[in-house]
Amino acid sequence: MADQVMQITDDNFEGEVLKSETPALVDFWAAWCGPCRAIGPVVEELAGEYAGKVKVGKLNVDENPKTPGQYGIRAIPTLIVFKAGEVAEQITGAVSKDHLKAALDKAL
Amino acid sequence: MTAVDHDLAIIGAGPAGLTAGLYAARSRINTLLIERLSPGGQILNTDWVDNYPGFPEGVAGFELVDKMRAQVERFDLPIISSEVIQIVPGEGFFTILLPDRDLTARAVIIATGSVPRKLGVPGEEEYIGKGVSYCGTCDGPFFKEQTVAAVGGGDTACEEAVYLTRFARKVYLIHRRDQLRAQKIYQEKILANDRVEVVWDSVVERIEGGDKGVSGVGLKNVKTGKSSSLPVDGVFVWVGLTPTTKFCCDLVELNAQDFIVTDPEMATSRPGVFAAGDCRAKLLRQISTAVGDGATAAFAAERYLENLTHG
Repeated sequence: MADQVMQITDDNFEGEVLKSETPALVDFWAAWCGPCRAIGPVVEELAGEYAGKVKVGKLNVDENPKTPGQYGIRAIPTLIVFKAGEVAEQITGAVSKDHLKAALDKAL
Repeated sequence: MTAVDHDLAIIGAGPAGLTAGLYAARSRINTLLIERLSPGGQILNTDWVDNYPGFPEGVAGFELVDKMRAQVERFDLPIISSEVIQIVPGEGFFTILLPDRDLTARAVIIATGSVPRKLGVPGEEEYIGKGVSYCGTCDGPFFKEQTVAAVGGGDTACEEAVYLTRFARKVYLIHRRDQLRAQKIYQEKILANDRVEVVWDSVVERIEGGDKGVSGVGLKNVKTGKSSSLPVDGVFVWVGLTPTTKFCCDLVELNAQDFIVTDPEMATSRPGVFAAGDCRAKLLRQISTAVGDGATAAFAAERYLENLTHG
């Protein structure tokens, strides 16, 4: 399932996320963040379950500082649901899968 | 006896739950471990662990979690990823309500741990993720060469305040008393670090900010009653723990702070339900004490199950 999670970067963010035809979920993470490791598998599961309906991606904030800066992200994991180029929901911290599913279902 | 899915369900896969699982699996008890996220619990918020025996050089929080998980996997303990909504007692078994289905088990160990307690002041909720944080290892790197406030005076606050100096130019440790509660080794580190300045006898009254996030904290000196404003770019809060026990408040006795009351053998007020780790009312909440709780709870649950069968 992991291969359904797209690697989002500062370079492809606009094309893949803001201009995405479907809603997109982006997991802003870094290797040094423990809770990011806890939520990583949940994000991968969602990518499988919402395949074709929601684009699911991960953005490494260490390697891509520009995009998190644009959204004022100062804590990770931060998960943002984008719909038509706008922030539909922004979630900070490791939350349950049901919480994330509710946010995705709302954007669909 | 009624047919059940499992003999034992363990809720929460932090150090207490993983240890209970290890002991139960080695005793060949039909056990299921249920975890909301992925195994680890509060250790995942910890950069480095220096007070868990067996690691003379210390160990990274996530590495310790990986090792604990690998150890239970070696004994084939099944782990599922789900939240638990409620536990309903039956005759000699419990029904565990998950969001999408129900499970039954003859005995339950609650090892759901706790989460960082909030300050409960204006601006806190508003700026979570925008300068307000409860995890130094997660969010410290966002404050390179900036000024931050750390709130608290216990072990976690002192250890994390020192950790933040790796990134922040200046860390104000805001503490409501005139001396720290932390263990001496942490106090020494605080007082020796010239990037940390302790603001004594002070409480945070509000967190200030704007579009760009946190811009400062409003403080009150509890001795003089004087209010002041301190400009900071971030606020890290370490003022204790709130146990994750809401889902079982009707099932077992909680103390005034909502921690689960147990006897020394981890038995709660409800026969067949045991509690272990940070969610339990006890003196010291550490990985080392959670692990001990987990082992005792598994052993006590095993004895309970034997009595259920032969009693």
